[in-house]
Amino acid sequence: MTENRIDKKLKECSENNRKALITFITSGDNGYETTEKAVLEMVKNGADLIELGVPFSDPIAEGPVIQSASERSLKSGTTLVGIFDMVRRLREKTDMPLLLMMYLNTIYRFGTERFFGLCQECGIDGVIVPDMPYEEKDEIQSYADKYGIHNISLVTPASENRIQMIAEEATGFLYCVSTNGVTGVRNEYSTDFDAFFKPIKKYAKVPCAVGFGISGPESAKKMSRYCDGVIVGSAIVRIVEQYGTNSPEKIGEFVKQLRNGLDK
Amino acid sequence: MEKIGRFGEFGGQYVPETVMNAVHELEAAYNKYGNDPEFLEEYRELLRKYAGRPSMLYYADRMTKDLGGCKVYIKREDLNHTGSHKINNVLGQILLAKKMGKKRIIAETGAGQHGVATATACAMFDLECEVYMGTEDMRRQKLNVYRMELLGAKVTGVDSGTGTLKDAINEAMRDWATNIETTFYLIGSVMGPHPYPMMVRDFQKVIGEEAKKQLMETEGKLPECVIACVGGGSNAMGMFYDFIPDKTVRLIGAEAAGKGIDTKLHAATVAKGTMGIFHGMKSYFLQNDEGQIAPVYSISAGLDYPGIGPEHANLYKTGRAEYMPITDEEAVQALEYLSKTEGIIPAIESAHAVAAALKIAPQMKSDEIMIINLSGRGDKDMQQIAEYRGVNIDD
Repeated sequence: MTENRIDKKLKECSENNRKALITFITSGDNGYETTEKAVLEMVKNGADLIELGVPFSDPIAEGPVIQSASERSLKSGTTLVGIFDMVRRLREKTDMPLLLMMYLNTIYRFGTERFFGLCQECGIDGVIVPDMPYEEKDEIQSYADKYGIHNISLVTPASENRIQMIAEEATGFLYCVSTNGVTGVRNEYSTDFDAFFKPIKKYAKVPCAVGFGISGPESAKKMSRYCDGVIVGSAIVRIVEQYGTNSPEKIGEFVKQLRNGLDK
Repeated sequence: MEKIGRFGEFGGQYVPETVMNAVHELEAAYNKYGNDPEFLEEYRELLRKYAGRPSMLYYADRMTKDLGGCKVYIKREDLNHTGSHKINNVLGQILLAKKMGKKRIIAETGAGQHGVATATACAMFDLECEVYMGTEDMRRQKLNVYRMELLGAKVTGVDSGTGTLKDAINEAMRDWATNIETTFYLIGSVMGPHPYPMMVRDFQKVIGEEAKKQLMETEGKLPECVIACVGGGSNAMGMFYDFIPDKTVRLIGAEAAGKGIDTKLHAATVAKGTMGIFHGMKSYFLQNDEGQIAPVYSISAGLDYPGIGPEHANLYKTGRAEYMPITDEEAVQALEYLSKTEGIIPAIESAHAVAAALKIAPQMKSDEIMIINLSGRGDKDMQQIAEYRGVNIDD
């Protein structure tokens, strides 16, 4: 099996002392074409991995910004099959690692094996499933492994004694949730990051990226010192909300600022 | 090997990582106290002295004669303090929350019965209380919103989705993940991640245990049939549980068929649902081919939920229980029937069980017995029933 694009990319980042920039966008928000263009802008402006959100009717891990984006996307008729088609088109233009961030019911209902088979065929490299904890990962793990797709693990400040178990088995990268709660931009954190990242650093065998609440270049830079990469979601989705089909260029500019912030 | 917290293939713990430690902490606390004689005595005393248990098992003489089939008994959960079975579970969980040192309680509510019961117990135990309720349900159940506020709870409207129970649960789960250190999520039905389905059932099983004992005392035998309405399914699980080993007893759940199961406006999860994973559990859900949860509908805010508790899913799959769809119209007629025949105004939720009884009782023999679980009283529904019948009682 060829090397997973996520592993390859994160290895390159590490070799070049580059903090990985992981960006998120809700697929099909303002149409597939807007998402496609936005992804290519993100690639062009310094993103290293891209998470494509699969809209769900009841996204319990999301704050208001991504909830609204999911609703807009579903209303305009976005489907999982449509997203796979979009990924196929993107794959003709970019070799960027692509992940799907989605809820377990979407995979389960689609058919778990059929889903991972299509991931491989279309060029998806990983999935992030926020409502599937460590204890339930058997639900998808064997199929993810069979088709060479990373099932990305998450740890949060509330994980505490669970960090070792989760971090040791993590593949691709370890998604470190900065704060308890839902996605969304925050002005401040109550988390003690030194204490949070200490066991993570000790046990994780893969790169660690921090997400939830990162609003711009300054907070990206600030958070990046704790780990190998940062994940920015709601701040990007807000640009789509504001600029609609004109958002891809604005997103490109924003990603460039994030990149510069990280490289400073 | 069957995994922990499963009923056959149903159940599980499908929740975000942030709440996993809280779920395990709750599991450990429940394992510790659930069989602790001192805790159970404290709980039973609350049921006796605060909730007013045991609830009566009432022989519905006029209904029995009118239907001309089996003998009909009614388990009067509507006579509990706060007006429904919900208080049984709330007192159990509140006591557990106290033992766990939690200071803040959150809950979701559909019809408002669980919210009112939670607000009531929080007032009594001096705990901070926030109840999430869909804005559509707040409109339908204004009286219960006012009751909760009067009891000192904060009622937070949820406008997303269809503004009903499912959306209230989503928002309560988000709150829980955000305030995980301080907050106890008091789930109102036999749903959500393990241990909730098991724990809520255990706190409700008193209904069936009492009913069985009471019937033994008066009739000296088991019933042939027990009937309860099912949204998430807590009153039904409470009534069914003690009868599950008694294979001669038919267990019948009445689910909300809204405008009819062949329309889009219903909440008949067993009749029309498919397997899915949502709200922490693997069970049956009303959803589309893409796994998007369907907007559901019922005249009854308490049954207006697109899923069903995992233990019910297993009872259905294994053939131990039957589930019968009941339309809005059938439920309203049953509410009117019970009011006029027995002088008991049932909650519109419970009226679904009465409607199922009206269909089944005439087919049963005169020496057979049926128990209807009357999960709640109907005062809260008068505005809506009047509206349904085109009567204006606002002025």
